[in-house]
Amino acid sequence: MDNQKWEPKIVAFVCNWCTYTGADLAGTSRMKYPANTKMIRVMCSGSVDPVFILKAFERGADGILVSGCHPNDCHYNAGNFHARRRWDFFHELLDFIGIEKGRLQFSWISASEGKKFADVVSKVTKDIKAMGPFTNYQKMNSEFTALFPEEANADSEIINQIKETVL
Amino acid sequence: MKELREHAKELLEKGEVSAVIGYSQVSEKRTKPIIVTDPQDTDQLVFNEYCLNNLAVYLTKARIKVSCRTKDKTLKLAVTAKPCDVHSVVALIQENQIHREDIHIISFNCHGVAKDFGFEFSGDNIASKCINCETHKPLYFDKIFGEEKETPKASDDAMERIQEIERMSHQERFEFFKNEFDKCIKCYACRAVCPLCYCQRCITDKTIPRWIESSSHMRGNFAWNIVRAFHLSGRCTGCGECERACPVDIPLSLLNRRMAIKAKKSFSYVSGRSLETPTLVGSFNEKDNDELFM
Ligand code: SF4
Ligand code: SF4
Ligand code: SF4
Repeated sequence: MDNQKWEPKIVAFVCNWCTYTGADLAGTSRMKYPANTKMIRVMCSGSVDPVFILKAFERGADGILVSGCHPNDCHYNAGNFHARRRWDFFHELLDFIGIEKGRLQFSWISASEGKKFADVVSKVTKDIKAMGPFTNYQKMNSEFTALFPEEANADSEIINQIKETVL
Repeated sequence: MKELREHAKELLEKGEVSAVIGYSQVSEKRTKPIIVTDPQDTDQLVFNEYCLNNLAVYLTKARIKVSCRTKDKTLKLAVTAKPCDVHSVVALIQENQIHREDIHIISFNCHGVAKDFGFEFSGDNIASKCINCETHKPLYFDKIFGEEKETPKASDDAMERIQEIERMSHQERFEFFKNEFDKCIKCYACRAVCPLCYCQRCITDKTIPRWIESSSHMRGNFAWNIVRAFHLSGRCTGCGECERACPVDIPLSLLNRRMAIKAKKSFSYVSGRSLETPTLVGSFNEKDNDELFM
């Protein structure tokens, strides 16, 4: 791939109460940051299951950011404390099996830290650009999709069905 | 052996337990798990170097079976457990899956078990967990049998293999595990034998949405093996059953051990050693290391 033209896909799982609001502030303050990051709003950094991370990698993410409220600021009191221990293990496990630590990054960003949000997103984008596309995982995905297209897309089909019936 | 059988018989006759989970001899160097509910059957119970299975797995997974057989709802169970299997029992109690007062632990002074059935127990055929075992005596028990004996000398290369992997580049590590996980046939034997994989409904069985594909293609295999290792992080007691059960010899204990090293190094925690401490991943400390977070 031509690294000049290639732009990384980054997924950010951000908590509703702090980081998402911080991102909003960055937006309303018209701060500039790279547009590679797609945000997924969750209720708490503690509600991000590691399978979300794997799914995102499977579906082509080059890098992932998980961000929540600062310790002691969690709106569910302890969600981020639980998350911190879990992520520590998960991060080390991924590193051991060969996924560089920079592919999955973490931050605490409060609702008032619009500037920090812009800085973190810029840093993650820069890191991932330096690392290049995450072909290891993406290759597994394209092989799988070619072999079992139905199974590979089964979940998105179900989600679409649910959307059609419920919404 | 005689004392063990008499003890088990007494427990059942007095109605102190509904069942005794133990080992019975299949052939000279092979045993199998049995669940004894009839006092007459206690003469099948044995304990020796060929008792490889970790019977703690039945404390959660066989409860319903025993319950049906004995029509007993309260279900006090006796389990014959090697000192390392006691760690699993402790972890299950810590995680509120069973209550200490419902479990009667029959343990042994242990000098190791064979690595494989069918071969003479010796330094060449000893389970790797036994080589550097620090608990030849159980930490918790209600009854203990067996005399203390020397553990055969052997060398354990697990640590070396972990260090070898850590010396590799990320690309090489990825290739290494890709090749290993590629062999996985999604039989879930690793899950079935693990005392700590007790979820009534495993995440890999969930279909809406399907997080982990059930066909044994690389994508699902990767996700499964990562999730399995992660769910056991800080919980695995290192019994080695998953690796022994895996029909395609994926070195699952490399992952488990690596995570146990992490738990020890970062949190001074070893799973299943104390009934007084909360579980590692079920608790937190406000002062936990914050370096990971920007
Ligand atoms: S993960 Fe494997 S070694 Fe660890 S407790 Fe489960 S079966 Fe035993
Ligand atoms: S793999 Fe995870 S979800 Fe499945 S049984 Fe084990 S601990 Fe539970
Ligand atoms: S026992 Fe081995 S082959 Fe079977 S599911 Fe587990 S890792 Fe895969």
